[in-house]
Amino acid sequence: MAQNVFLSDKNQAQPQQTKSYKDSGYGWFLIPGISIFLLLIILPFVSNIGISFTKWQGIGAPEWIGLANYQRAMGDAVFWASFKNNLLLIIAMTIIPTIIGLLLAVILYDFISQRLGTGWASFLRAGFYLPQIVPIVVAAIVWKWIFQPDWGVLNSLLTAIGLEAWTQNWLGNARTALPSVMLMLVWFQIGYPLVIFMSGLQRVDPQVYEAAKIDGANWFQTLIHITVYMIKPEIAVVVLTTTIAALKTFGPIYAMTSGGPGNATTVASYFAWKNFFEISNVGYGATMATVLTLIVLLMTFFFIRAQNQQEED
Amino acid sequence: MTAHTSTEVSVKKNRSDALIRYGALLALLIFLLLMLLPFFMITINSFKTESEYLANGPFSLPSGFDLEAINTTWALTDYSTKLINSLLISSSTALLAVTLSLFNAFALGIGRIRGRTFFLLFFLMAIALPPESLAYPLYYLFNQIDLYNTRLSIILITAALHTAFGTYLLSSVFRTFNQDILESARLDGCNKLQLLLRIVIPLSWPTLSVLFVFFFIWTWNDFFLPLIFLISNDNQTVPIAMALARGERGMVITTQSAAAFLGVFPAFIFFLLFQRTLTKGIMSGSSK
Repeated sequence: MAQNVFLSDKNQAQPQQTKSYKDSGYGWFLIPGISIFLLLIILPFVSNIGISFTKWQGIGAPEWIGLANYQRAMGDAVFWASFKNNLLLIIAMTIIPTIIGLLLAVILYDFISQRLGTGWASFLRAGFYLPQIVPIVVAAIVWKWIFQPDWGVLNSLLTAIGLEAWTQNWLGNARTALPSVMLMLVWFQIGYPLVIFMSGLQRVDPQVYEAAKIDGANWFQTLIHITVYMIKPEIAVVVLTTTIAALKTFGPIYAMTSGGPGNATTVASYFAWKNFFEISNVGYGATMATVLTLIVLLMTFFFIRAQNQQEED
Repeated sequence: MTAHTSTEVSVKKNRSDALIRYGALLALLIFLLLMLLPFFMITINSFKTESEYLANGPFSLPSGFDLEAINTTWALTDYSTKLINSLLISSSTALLAVTLSLFNAFALGIGRIRGRTFFLLFFLMAIALPPESLAYPLYYLFNQIDLYNTRLSIILITAALHTAFGTYLLSSVFRTFNQDILESARLDGCNKLQLLLRIVIPLSWPTLSVLFVFFFIWTWNDFFLPLIFLISNDNQTVPIAMALARGERGMVITTQSAAAFLGVFPAFIFFLLFQRTLTKGIMSGSSK
């Protein structure tokens, strides 16, 4: 949604240069915001990094162990499996929805909105966006119910169409659990890129398409060379925000599989939570949280830098 | 190409165009139906009795309008309390976060105090920060000050996190604030507080209300931190309660459906109420 803040404000009016005036007195207004920020974000953030260098059960004094948690993480198969699963969630939350969203946006824009009127396009867009409005964990509950092994919708459907052999305990089987979660995430995510891309397409000058048509470009060539090129900023924002969301995924895993069976569906965030609150391995949980944070912040940093450079060009 | 053949071609083209666009519409409508099927399934199956479900399966329409599953789940999850908690937490958080963002942005966007680029970069990074990296120290801190497992704890934390986004957004909106108005207010002897209350707030009211709606819905949908900070039944929000309902005794296939339905329902109401605000807000970042 409004993670659109990452879309640069290059389109907005540049600030008018102000005449010099006394700008004293404004600093006071930062005090409440900065205080709550220092106490509830900076302090915990720094503490968490500190905790990652300790062995701590959450009670008593933490014992300083230097980089031992990080060394342990490097050799921990579950730690790596968590990130591998996060990568798969990026496929489900970023790659597939971006492609489907792009295709849907172009079809809605080209075939529906341009020729059948914007009413149909708005209606379809709102419909595809609907899953996005429910809390993600509630979406997970809906799908957990669909995947229910005994009487669930999916198994009932398969039985009804004669594919009874395919029915199984979708979330309870290590082979199918993660793909099932991924299916739910694709369903949940499609509306987000669609809506952003459709608003991006409105920026594109229709004459460019006319010119391409005259030059004999076919539909697919137009899609790749013009549409994708023109809405690059929107694609970049969708890719960044959904990748971050995929890296932070917690609710769907908690609600659908609890990381199981075994550790088949565990992810970074669930791994950290489990170490914090289930097995009181606070230092190790903080290590995972720190690594995750580092990845997310580095991605954000490079994205902003790349975007600034592009603006300067 | 002669005029004659070009008309022929264009007639043919129009026909195949019509075929393509109605074909596209049909394909999209079928895809949309598939996308909405999960919502349809939980709706019809929340109004069946368990025996009806087991006899006819999930695809039959309910024979009546049976409220047993909804009522059971409502009572089991103490849904009324959860609704009140969610409303209270989401609106308080949104109000606090909008206020803090407004103050910050007033200093950074209108006041343009020194170091504002640093502050803005700092807030931008905080937007991306995974809550996992704050969870345990916050848990420890709120335990120390005896605020753990209170609604206030999650209001304060979530508001702080949302303030990062709000500050960034409002600051960039305020940078384009009409300087003449600010200047004449200053000449009329407005002090900073009056400037904020009488000029900036009234003129930026539409942006502030969009921000409020966003914060409200984000807080409503939040899961990770509320799960950690709201452990007693009296404090929990709707999404937490629905996620934990599965483990309750007496949950069967229809009550599980009802739990999903009760989780989805408020979100649909918000969508209907705020649809215009939300779509406008979604566009706000990318508008010309």
